[in-house]
Amino acid sequence: MSMNNQGRPTAATDVEAPAEMFEGFSGHKGLRLAEPLIYELGNTQTTGVDIEDFDDFDMEIGGLERTTEIGCAGLAEPDVVRHYTRLSRLNYGIDMGVFPLGSCTMKHNPRLNEKMARLPGIGDIHPLQPQSTVQGALELMEELSHWLMTITNMPAVALSPKAGAHGELCGVMAIRAALEARGDAREVILCPESAHGTNPATAAFCGYKVKSIPGKDNGRVDVEALKEALDDTVAAVMITNPNTCGLFEQEVREIADAVHAAGAFFYCDGANFNAIMGKACPGDLGVDAMHFNLHKTFSTPHGGGGPGSGPVVLSDALKDFAPLPYVVKEADGSLKLHEWKGGEGDKSLGRLTAFHGQMGMYVRALSYMLSHGGDGLKQASEDAVLNANYILASLEDVMSASYEGPCMHEALFDDRFLKDTGVTTLDFAKAMIDEGYHPMTMYFPLVVHGAMLVEPTETESKFNLDQFIRSMRGLAEAAKAGETKRFEGAPYYAPRKRLDETQAARKPVLRYTPPSA
Amino acid sequence: MRYLPLTSDDRQAMLGKIGVRHVDDLFKDIPSEFLNPEIDLPRHKTELEVERHLSRMASKNTAAGSVPFFVGAGAYKHHVPSTVDHIIQRGEFLTAYTPYQPEIAQGTLQYIFEFQTQIAQLTGMDVANASMYDGSTATAEAVMMARRVTRKKRAVIAGCVHPHYRAVVETTTQYTDDEVVALDAQPADAQAELQAAIDAIDETTSCVVFQNPGVCGNVLDLTPLAEKAHANKALLIVVVTEVMSLGLITSPGEMGADIVVGEAQSIGNGLNFGGPYLGMFATNQKYVRQMPGRLCGETVDSDGTRGFVLTLSTREQHIRREKATSNICTNSGLCSLAFTIHMSLLGEKGLRKLSKLNHKKAVDVKNAIAAIDGVEVLNSSFFNEFAVRLPKNAADVVEKLASDGVLAGVPFSRLDPNAGHDDVLLIAATETVTDGDIEELVSALKGAVA
Repeated sequence: MSMNNQGRPTAATDVEAPAEMFEGFSGHKGLRLAEPLIYELGNTQTTGVDIEDFDDFDMEIGGLERTTEIGCAGLAEPDVVRHYTRLSRLNYGIDMGVFPLGSCTMKHNPRLNEKMARLPGIGDIHPLQPQSTVQGALELMEELSHWLMTITNMPAVALSPKAGAHGELCGVMAIRAALEARGDAREVILCPESAHGTNPATAAFCGYKVKSIPGKDNGRVDVEALKEALDDTVAAVMITNPNTCGLFEQEVREIADAVHAAGAFFYCDGANFNAIMGKACPGDLGVDAMHFNLHKTFSTPHGGGGPGSGPVVLSDALKDFAPLPYVVKEADGSLKLHEWKGGEGDKSLGRLTAFHGQMGMYVRALSYMLSHGGDGLKQASEDAVLNANYILASLEDVMSASYEGPCMHEALFDDRFLKDTGVTTLDFAKAMIDEGYHPMTMYFPLVVHGAMLVEPTETESKFNLDQFIRSMRGLAEAAKAGETKRFEGAPYYAPRKRLDETQAARKPVLRYTPPSA
Repeated sequence: MRYLPLTSDDRQAMLGKIGVRHVDDLFKDIPSEFLNPEIDLPRHKTELEVERHLSRMASKNTAAGSVPFFVGAGAYKHHVPSTVDHIIQRGEFLTAYTPYQPEIAQGTLQYIFEFQTQIAQLTGMDVANASMYDGSTATAEAVMMARRVTRKKRAVIAGCVHPHYRAVVETTTQYTDDEVVALDAQPADAQAELQAAIDAIDETTSCVVFQNPGVCGNVLDLTPLAEKAHANKALLIVVVTEVMSLGLITSPGEMGADIVVGEAQSIGNGLNFGGPYLGMFATNQKYVRQMPGRLCGETVDSDGTRGFVLTLSTREQHIRREKATSNICTNSGLCSLAFTIHMSLLGEKGLRKLSKLNHKKAVDVKNAIAAIDGVEVLNSSFFNEFAVRLPKNAADVVEKLASDGVLAGVPFSRLDPNAGHDDVLLIAATETVTDGDIEELVSALKGAVA
């Protein structure tokens, strides 16, 4: 029997394992935690903060004091720390391992960025304090703008959109404003079938009809079909490049020229810009507007779903229509925010958010850019593309790659290799959880059946990739060998077994209600 | 290049496995004339260099915590317990994605469920979503939701709504079917603003948008507004730009609101120069399927254990595409986590006390300011912010005070230069204000208006 340095046995070699698992008394199973809701732990009378005492005074709230119970539960500070620490342990994050979500771009989140965002001169300044007291913040916005314009070779940028989809809204509004300014009422926006759902939703929000452009067998937009659809009713074409199949639209310049010849604008969804930064400039490709997802491309944390940030670069034809506010340089060299439309010539499309956008994300993105430099951004794109192609090359013999390589920053597979195995894309993804990985993006893009979109990003080492590939290969081979049990109940080793999403939608329970109520 | 793990040997080995010689062979789809452009950007910096570079910029700004500080108008300086920022930086929260794989995202999903509950309770509504970009964009979404619910187009925006919020609604709806009727701000007469909103409602109205406390701070009973709206089959949208007020004031739900939107930055979140912030959005059960944004719901797993998932996604852009309720595909995850942790620390008891302390500080500041010759307080009621009329241009006074090291508030002209209220100043106070801060404000203001 092996012993540790205190003479205790390190393996339970002499103990017979129980036939069934013990039922515990706490709901926990070791480190598999059963954490109640804050409402089940706390109560309305407990508080975890000490607030300055004060004497009674005459209130001046118009006699509208809240008299009914609010119901918010509180806990003492140690219990709050435990509750949320325990919840954190039910999550998977990029800090824990490979997070290969295609088109979502989960890369390392440097902690330097967090530190910079918390500098008092950044995190503790008010959007409406006098501009003379925030010159450094305006300088930071200027510097970020410089980087974004330079890396895209575009003449203008609007920082204020609060997320990628908000950036799309900004770009399409700028297009509509430009068309209206020349008295051109167009009504259609063309979107490829493979587009992110936000593209058609955004177009519809700006009052446009959406027409789909089909794809070709090689995963790209059908340029002939696009040209046929182009006429004087088309306001814009929205294309994602690299596209959602992980491929570069080779004929992008031809598309741009055709779009411009038809008097329309070329919107590029920049969700996948991380594949080409430093390698190609949207400005050279004829793009009129492209949003960045700062959180994807420049490593600001996704935080379990936001906050994002979606600056938009604009061409000469669109830059006069940029939203408010934006930074201008005064004659004396000081910086000023242009916050309201000023006079006749001001064509701005208006204000998209109450203040100036996601300053906290600007500083993180700029911190990332400064750390990489122009040289490193280019290297990052190359490594992201190299890693994706390495995965594609290492798996294409056991899985079914949807398109011939090379791919850009993400490798697309579909479910043909699972044919007749009884295993679905969903099952395969859930089995990856048991392998200790967050699954790839499933069932997107919609143009291939049972899609699996794998994006490793540039921050994975070869060792990590090899381990990941071993798991993917192993699962593919297990599925083909008829090991369906591994898949149908998966995940087995997660904080929860497979969750019933149908019940959640049929009988929505969207908040806690006390049992007595 | 500290974030890039591949060595040149790795790269060579991997290119070999792929079967190409040079990395640019992987970029062959980019037309060669566009590949590898000259880009004039600095080379990479060390961590120390980046820290110096950004710290230098940060040091040019006046941090709110370093001076007597009375700036509000939709963003508020509150104390955030250390616990909050510590926990949200745990990697499992910070570096997670949208919880599309619920089995390994229960931490995120459970806090969203707690957040939704807290917002519903605070606003006095049935349900809330997982958060929006910020209060202003939430307001624009609420106006568009009211159109979907009522099938009417005419939205009335009261004069007490934050001018930036009004501007966002106008921008966002300029290409939709919504017609926006914006009423004038009347800083000196809150009842007139309320009456004007009531009078503007007719049977073609989809919604009336009213802010409480108003942008100038007034706290009003909105029951008559709700009655008029409902009699005309219109929705009452109540905007709250200072969520802390909900700990002291009767909730919008109790006053008859149909949708409550607003800014929840005040609980758990810093000023951040205007973002990221935390939009809240709550409504009644019957409208839940018209609500924009993400929703988390309770369910069970195959063992019957309680768990949480994103739900009702058939409203959303990734399923309904051009027919979606909105194009939104995110929320303010980390900000809502910060909110939820701070709320759990406060509990009802702590929140009520903190809210009342905010009001107490504002009353103290108001009493001190009202005693200055030439300064007229315009409010009959308020929470932690009120408006004064100065004998001089308010923006000039604010600049003068800033040079004296006091950040005195927001001139109304900063919010809307065209409204003609250039002598109006908004002054906010929170629990962070000390007696010494008030003395400095009063003394500097006396000098500036004399």
